[in-house]
Amino acid sequence: MRPLTEDETKIMFEKLSKYIGENIKLLVDRPDGTYCFRLHQDRVYYMSDKILKLATNFSRDKLISIGTCFGKFTKTQKFRLHITALDFLAPYAKFKVWVKPGAEQSFLYGNHVLKSGLGRITENTMQYQGVVVYSMADVPLGFGVAAKSTQECRRVDPMSIVVFHQADVGEFIRNEDTLT
Amino acid sequence: MAACSVEELLAKAEQEEAEKLRSITVHKELDLDFDVGSLLACDKNRIESRDFRGQKKEDFLRALARDNTQLLINEIWKLQTERVEEAIVAKLPEPSTRLPREKAPLKPRPPTKWEQFAKLKGIQKKKKTNLVWDDTAKEWRRRWGYKRAKDNTKEWLIEVPETADSNEDQFSKRTRAKKERVAKNELNRLRNIARAQKVKSPGVGLLPKAQQSRDELAQAVSVARTSTASAGRFQDRLAKEKAPRNSGKRRKFEPLIGDFSSERQKQLELLKVLDSRRPKLDITKAVNAQMRQEDREEAAAKHGRKGGKGRAGRGGKMAGRRGKRGKAEGGRGGGKKRD
Repeated sequence: MRPLTEDETKIMFEKLSKYIGENIKLLVDRPDGTYCFRLHQDRVYYMSDKILKLATNFSRDKLISIGTCFGKFTKTQKFRLHITALDFLAPYAKFKVWVKPGAEQSFLYGNHVLKSGLGRITENTMQYQGVVVYSMADVPLGFGVAAKSTQECRRVDPMSIVVFHQADVGEFIRNEDTLT
Repeated sequence: MAACSVEELLAKAEQEEAEKLRSITVHKELDLDFDVGSLLACDKNRIESRDFRGQKKEDFLRALARDNTQLLINEIWKLQTERVEEAIVAKLPEPSTRLPREKAPLKPRPPTKWEQFAKLKGIQKKKKTNLVWDDTAKEWRRRWGYKRAKDNTKEWLIEVPETADSNEDQFSKRTRAKKERVAKNELNRLRNIARAQKVKSPGVGLLPKAQQSRDELAQAVSVARTSTASAGRFQDRLAKEKAPRNSGKRRKFEPLIGDFSSERQKQLELLKVLDSRRPKLDITKAVNAQMRQEDREEAAAKHGRKGGKGRAGRGGKMAGRRGKRGKAEGGRGGGKKRD
């Protein structure tokens, strides 16, 4: 476990800012205590300093997970967000997409959101903007990338993809053994 | 009395004689081993440890040394002697004791690249005669060096090959080729030395090439970067340039539990930089807004057309549609259009 280097921090923040914009500040600078990002086996974990201090008691190979896993660095040094980060992305999300109850299950099985399943979308969403996907009952289901801008969404046919699937809460069951 | 005195004298003379003899004859149980050539005598007799340990240790050692030295000198006296300028000189034989050498014997030089290759191929050195017959000079000349036979540097005329460029200077071409061969040989020589001493031979650097590969270009860049007075220490990197790999520098990380507040401060600084880099005028957003505006206008125009009685220009064209659709909205649509 180690702190992130400057480059790694930058790469991660750039990815996070696609979803929550400048709200990352609220994750870094929290009034309720000291929280930090730590890298462990290529994964980035977000935790309080108390948890961190407790975790130092465990050797590297025995430590599976600490705090919340935000994502991992690929071998080409790109950052992939994991669904476990949803708890922190959802409250600060700048762009949201609501899916209709009928399309909820399809999304939770790892499929893209089609126009037919699109309930609502935040105004001014640009193409390829990171979005958090909600059910119509405002339950965060996962996140994705807008395939079409809000304007374009109105015109496209019902079977075209409007949100690319990136992660959904169904992964908690599907990828149970690899999700840490 | 006289007889007595004679006897005494004789006895005294005898004693003196014995004394003299004792000084040059030494009795040893075992004979010493002599190596007169290196003035060496080895005493293999046992030493009485009681004598050695006793009070007269020094005297004992001194006596032993004297006796052995005497024996060695006796041995020297047995050799042939001659007189050179009032001094008696003995000729020492060759030393028979083999002394170990001070330094380790030299290892054979490891074979050069060519020698390795020749051994592999079974190429053997052929002895060539030093002198060869020179047909033009009509005499025997050396094969190499000054005034050699068939010296092609002394030719006053060179035939231009058919394939060669006619404007090319054949003389300078020949000297250039020679210089290159010499340089190549020198390089190979240095490489052989480096290989023999197991040091990494310095890279050839960058030989000029018609087409450089990607790796060669990267190497060229890294060589150029480190070819400064400070070995590239203060050299800036380009914006998206990656750090050179295998530069021998180890990565260093911040401590796991360090200064949390400074870490946070650093991250906030980074966020500020990232934020400032984002364009204030988002083009996509602006275009979207523009599109929406147009949408709205279009919709408004549609409404306007539905009831627009005052619009003469398009009247004829859209007449049928206008007639078919909502009459009730006509007034409102027209009103909107006006402002």
